[in-house]
Amino acid sequence: MPPLLEVEGLSKSFSGSPALIDGRFRLEAGTVHALCGGNGAGKSTFLKIVMGIHDRDGGTIRRNGREVVFSSPAEALQNGIAIVEQELSPVPAMTVAENIYMGREPLRSFGRIDFATLNRQTQDLLDGFGFAIRATDVMMDLTVAQTQLVEIAKALSYDAEVIILDEPTSALGEAEAEHLFDAIATLKNRGKGLIYVSHRLSEIFSIADHYTVFRDGRFVEDGAIGDITKDELIRLIVGRPLNEEFVKENTPADRVVLRAEGLSAARGVRDLSFDLREGEILGLYGLMGSGRTEVLDRLFGLSDEAGGRLSINGQPVRISGPSDAMSAGIAYVTEDRKQTGLVLSSSVRDNLCLSSLDRLSRLGVMRSRQEAEAASRMIRELGIRTASDALTVANLSGGNQQKVVLGKWFMIAPRILLLDEPTRGVDVGAKREIYRVISDFARGGGSVIMVSSETDEILGMADRVIVLKDGRKAGELARSQLSAEELLHLAA
Amino acid sequence: MTRAGEAMELTMQTRTTTARGWTATSVIQRYGIFIALLLLCLTLAVINDNFLSTRNLLNVLRQTSINGILAIGMTFVILTRGIDLSVGSVAAFAGVVAASLATTSSTGMIAGAPYPALVAILAGLAAGVACGSVSGAIVARFNVPAFVVTLGMLSAARGLTLLYSGGRPIPALTEEFRWIGTGSIWGIPVPIFLLLGTFAVAHFVLTQTRFGRHVYAVGGNPHAAKVSGLPVRRIRFSVYVIAGALAGLAGMLLAARTGSALPQAGIAYELDAIAAVVIGGTSLAGGVGRVSGTLIGALLIGVMNNGLDLMGVESYYQQVIKGILIVAAVMLDQSKNKQD
Repeated sequence: MPPLLEVEGLSKSFSGSPALIDGRFRLEAGTVHALCGGNGAGKSTFLKIVMGIHDRDGGTIRRNGREVVFSSPAEALQNGIAIVEQELSPVPAMTVAENIYMGREPLRSFGRIDFATLNRQTQDLLDGFGFAIRATDVMMDLTVAQTQLVEIAKALSYDAEVIILDEPTSALGEAEAEHLFDAIATLKNRGKGLIYVSHRLSEIFSIADHYTVFRDGRFVEDGAIGDITKDELIRLIVGRPLNEEFVKENTPADRVVLRAEGLSAARGVRDLSFDLREGEILGLYGLMGSGRTEVLDRLFGLSDEAGGRLSINGQPVRISGPSDAMSAGIAYVTEDRKQTGLVLSSSVRDNLCLSSLDRLSRLGVMRSRQEAEAASRMIRELGIRTASDALTVANLSGGNQQKVVLGKWFMIAPRILLLDEPTRGVDVGAKREIYRVISDFARGGGSVIMVSSETDEILGMADRVIVLKDGRKAGELARSQLSAEELLHLAA
Repeated sequence: MTRAGEAMELTMQTRTTTARGWTATSVIQRYGIFIALLLLCLTLAVINDNFLSTRNLLNVLRQTSINGILAIGMTFVILTRGIDLSVGSVAAFAGVVAASLATTSSTGMIAGAPYPALVAILAGLAAGVACGSVSGAIVARFNVPAFVVTLGMLSAARGLTLLYSGGRPIPALTEEFRWIGTGSIWGIPVPIFLLLGTFAVAHFVLTQTRFGRHVYAVGGNPHAAKVSGLPVRRIRFSVYVIAGALAGLAGMLLAARTGSALPQAGIAYELDAIAAVVIGGTSLAGGVGRVSGTLIGALLIGVMNNGLDLMGVESYYQQVIKGILIVAAVMLDQSKNKQD
């Protein structure tokens, strides 16, 4: 039997600069095939050509042995290829059923929508894959994970044989991700072929059967997941050996820098007490909705406080807004850099200087030279790869954008760094550089609170972990007690 | 050009030239409006002898000054993702307030008038600032959409104008006050100085000051601005105050030029101001744009009106052509964004 999808020698240039030089891929029925590569490896160009969003410069795509050319995503869908994109795009005010069957609703006379059939059809689809979602639920009431499942159901509603999942877990917690993996297993057993794109290697090793690695626009290698180790895969993706995935060279001191007592917020945090020591990386772990982000929001003055005492270096402080937090020496790298971290339409320099404008101006007039110097120092220290500091930050890769956010905060010389999912959507190479930055900061006496839903990251970086559940402390583990099982056990 | 100006220039440049270098399309996209203005001037110079006369050119600039000043204020608001629909009404309100202090007519309702021009001007500015403060406070504090708040102000300020003036023009303004609209220095009309002065200050504020950085950041991403410790509310409030003050200035120019303040002055002026901003390349989505673009946009509208006048084209056509121009300018902008 020919493979579901077979791609050879796919190439594409944008205005003379090649984005994909030699894309090869072979997807068999009933398998999960991981497509791996760093940012700029050509994965998304590859997927966009397969989906008919871009046209190709060269190469062939065969679907069940037959050569195909798609000129639109609609054509790809008709040929049984569907994609669940990283950035979801539901219509929030419509129901699940309306979203799934948008544009192809079953009709009654005079063009009226047959809602009864629509809802039944949708419910059958959802139930068939064991998704616990009601067809009549309104999209905006769903969690991110459920929204993701709806997008997958939408792909399946076309009876697609080839399903592309682009970073499907980037917005999911561990438990929701498990749910998604169950769905993937079901699809696999029904003979579908799945292309799985993820920066999280641990996932690839737990669900994929095959891997294909792209680097710098070229196919590098493919094979069975069983025949390769994680380190070997990283080496293939990065193109050079990485000795250690994580960098951790800090040693916490005894001195307490931040003390929280009975901390509560209007939403998500209830009666939380903890100490943060000098030079310590404190991990904050929990499932989605456990209050992880809310704790950081509370510490940075972004949420309505509802009691609790904070002290920094023994002095009681009150933080009712970001500027209070900043003058107390706290910096906050938020979860979603595009939503709350960066001004995407502004330059690298303006973003780096955004929190330091007071210091970089005199009587309200910017001191342009100091600005430029401060920006170029951060670019150098953090190794931000950008053609110029005047480049619009939207043009940078995810890893470099994240470094710009870090740079913005290092510019205020903080003593306490709050990190929410610091390596989300960042490729393996840049991840390591970010770990290096975090480790150096802690080694220099800074204190870090790091939220992460990646267990590996917590295990690799944290000196101590507080596990949260329903906004409360469910447990606290020292580094010596840390294990993935223990974390999940406490969190669930 | 200033350093920050260069930096911004460079931002635009790297955007369109990173992969492509200098292509015809990238040049048109970057300087399209400026090229369009030059082409228009060239065409008019060829087909009409009068166009390039000093008299006519000064005339165009003077006619552009009111819309230009309104549009500069509007640029601040639009850069923060806002809009101010009330500037025409606020201009009229400021006009009658100032006129009531500068009139020699006994129908003026302020005892002791006429007052010195400076007093009248400060009162007019204060009226503009007051209207802008109300809009700004509601937008910034209560998060009501700017469209709605300023639509309300459009109506309310017009109503106040009619109430204050009793629905009648306030005539017979002092020569001293009229000077800001009719006077000239070294042969150049005062309104042109006011326009260029406003432009210079606005350009400096947006490119060289901390407040300018704040405006771009709040418009580009208000959430990120808040998390970065910026006083987002204060910044959003301030831009409406600026727009209100400049609307006040424009309203007084209008009254000073005609010699009397009309309560129905400035109707639909906000539309020309928004048009100049949009034609000048400032994004309605906020965070991107330049006040120099706005000035060119206002000049383009002014030159076009003047040229069509010179050619004897009916003013009805002028409106049609302006409409086409606005949409074309935004389409150009869209195609640029798509390529990024």
